[in-house]
Amino acid sequence: MQHTNRLEPFFENLEFERDDNHMIINFGPQHPSSHGQLRLIMELDGEEVVKAVPDIGYLHRGMEKMGENMIYNEFLPTTDRMDYIASSSNNYAFALSVEKLLDIEVPRRAQVIRTIMLELNRLASHLFWLATHALDVGAMSVFLYCFREREYILDLIEDYCGARLTHSAIRIGGVPLDIPDGWMGSLLKLMKKLPTDIADYEGLLDQNRIWKMRLEDVGVVSKEMARSWGTSGIMLRGSGIQYDIRKEEPYELYDELDFDIPVSETGDSYGRYKLYMEEMRQSIRIIEQLVPMYDETDRALMADAPQYISAPKEQIMTQNYSLMQHFVLVTQGMRPPVGEAYVPTESPKGELAFYLNSQGEPYPYRMKIRAPSFFHTGILQDLLPGHYLADVVTIIGTTNIVFGEVDR
Amino acid sequence: MMREYKNKENVQKKSYYTDRYWVAPRVPTFDPATDEEFNSVVASLKGKFSINEAYIQLKHLVIYINPEDNKAVLQYLHEELGYGRLMEMSAIDWLAKSGEFEIFYEMLNVDKAKRIRVKCYIKEDQAIESVQDIFRLANFAEREMFDMFGVKVNNHPFMKRILMPDDWQGYPLRKTYPLQGDEAASWYEVDKIFGKEARDIIGPEIRDSAMIDRYDSERFARLGHEVAFGSDVSEVKTDQGYQEDGGVFLVRKLHKDDTKTITDRDR
Repeated sequence: MQHTNRLEPFFENLEFERDDNHMIINFGPQHPSSHGQLRLIMELDGEEVVKAVPDIGYLHRGMEKMGENMIYNEFLPTTDRMDYIASSSNNYAFALSVEKLLDIEVPRRAQVIRTIMLELNRLASHLFWLATHALDVGAMSVFLYCFREREYILDLIEDYCGARLTHSAIRIGGVPLDIPDGWMGSLLKLMKKLPTDIADYEGLLDQNRIWKMRLEDVGVVSKEMARSWGTSGIMLRGSGIQYDIRKEEPYELYDELDFDIPVSETGDSYGRYKLYMEEMRQSIRIIEQLVPMYDETDRALMADAPQYISAPKEQIMTQNYSLMQHFVLVTQGMRPPVGEAYVPTESPKGELAFYLNSQGEPYPYRMKIRAPSFFHTGILQDLLPGHYLADVVTIIGTTNIVFGEVDR
Repeated sequence: MMREYKNKENVQKKSYYTDRYWVAPRVPTFDPATDEEFNSVVASLKGKFSINEAYIQLKHLVIYINPEDNKAVLQYLHEELGYGRLMEMSAIDWLAKSGEFEIFYEMLNVDKAKRIRVKCYIKEDQAIESVQDIFRLANFAEREMFDMFGVKVNNHPFMKRILMPDDWQGYPLRKTYPLQGDEAASWYEVDKIFGKEARDIIGPEIRDSAMIDRYDSERFARLGHEVAFGSDVSEVKTDQGYQEDGGVFLVRKLHKDDTKTITDRDR
């Protein structure tokens, strides 16, 4: 029972040791392999987990509330702080939802740049995942190798938009900047180098006995569990279901690109690890196809929709009406039509979508952020029981949860 | 002077100016009959349940059902029609308008790549049936809905706040939930220790963590230009350099012009 004027600890007053050899232990929220602020309360029988209760909310910032009290453009930088490992994918999911509400066409050059950014973010995120996961499981050297390559990707992103972590490089209606001179060259150079690096990681891990023992048959997500928990991304494809939103409900340029969707039938952590490696290769393939596409585009970067999107800078500086429109859009904000949008996107973690309910005002009436990690944290309740305590870290690792996104 | 009128039912931010003749456009909706798959879904559901409204908007079929049917409809969608995934669910606060919450369920059919949004309205104190035994995802989603809106869910095994602390008062995503903290609470320490009359002398607490006062020599506002603690900084001339001109023992003075910029690192 809650008492309104008293702080009642809910778990601390449990008996920690009982006669039946069961023990209740507390994992996190400050644990290096809890990938953020995950607190897990686990009941152990010997070393076997009997019950697991994820306790989240330590990073809750009320993003949905913030979104409902900010104009649409104002909120965009906040989305960076959700999945901070791949922030462009959050920017994109939000921008895409608003664009669908507005029904505007994004220029082709912006589409190419956006798709490159999305795939670079996917690469950075997967490299980060492999680095931290290998570190959790005990393969220390992979951590440093992956971070080295991730650094190159962050350098490229920095060269493009100036930021390494919180990019805000995808805006509603397009992108703010064009690709700088020579950028595509260094991008291709990196894309040429990365496959050999991925082969190196696989050389270190694929047949590594310890790696296989710790990952194989650990954290098996059955098809039914995947359905019931609405898993997405690699958590879904690891269970043998070939569903990638980029392929099935294509957005941006993905319907013009040639890439494969790897699937693993095993459903265990090792299968998911193989998927991450294969997805990185596919991302490289996508980026290599995008680079020649860029040259065929013309210069426009932002959608031409004066009612919602500010005109280009030179137009604002020379034409009075554009300046007035810009002033209104900055001070009052755009007013999307009345309606709802839920546009799924394939972020590196899974299905990321912003449910927007617009009532024709500059502030969304309701914003619900569908964060894949939130539900991939919930699945731990069903996934952990039956495993040993040492496997808990592996399983948290392969779910690839990011707490900026879980708690929002 | 009259006090400014504030609507307590919706304390959220509102646009400060709206043209009185402006009519908001609408995102176009289409009849379900325009889509073969959705048409068959609606026809199939209509035989079993009462459908209050159905339309297609932005590739989603939106159907309004009675709140009592929620579990049966979702089960039917899952077992008979192949919409086996609940991807998201939550509530929308319409308390000010009609005293109701709108609950929405986002359903996905993996085989056909089609999405349906099932919606229903419930009264403020009306409970809704949990769907967590069909879709375990609802276990977390319903807890979040309860946490944020106070929507009661029947037959949920662990109905407890999820993001907010257990002892939290109020439901943050309701439109009546204030955006700013309580005024009395912000003066609590001052009132308690020094009395109300000290409010003017002490002043409000600085809650803007990014605020930097350039004349402040007591807090960490002058990093790189440090002066003696508490000294008056308005007069002090600060040196921009951070090293002795001739250099000190073992450390050479770094001249900006002598540095080398690496333009292309060895990738």
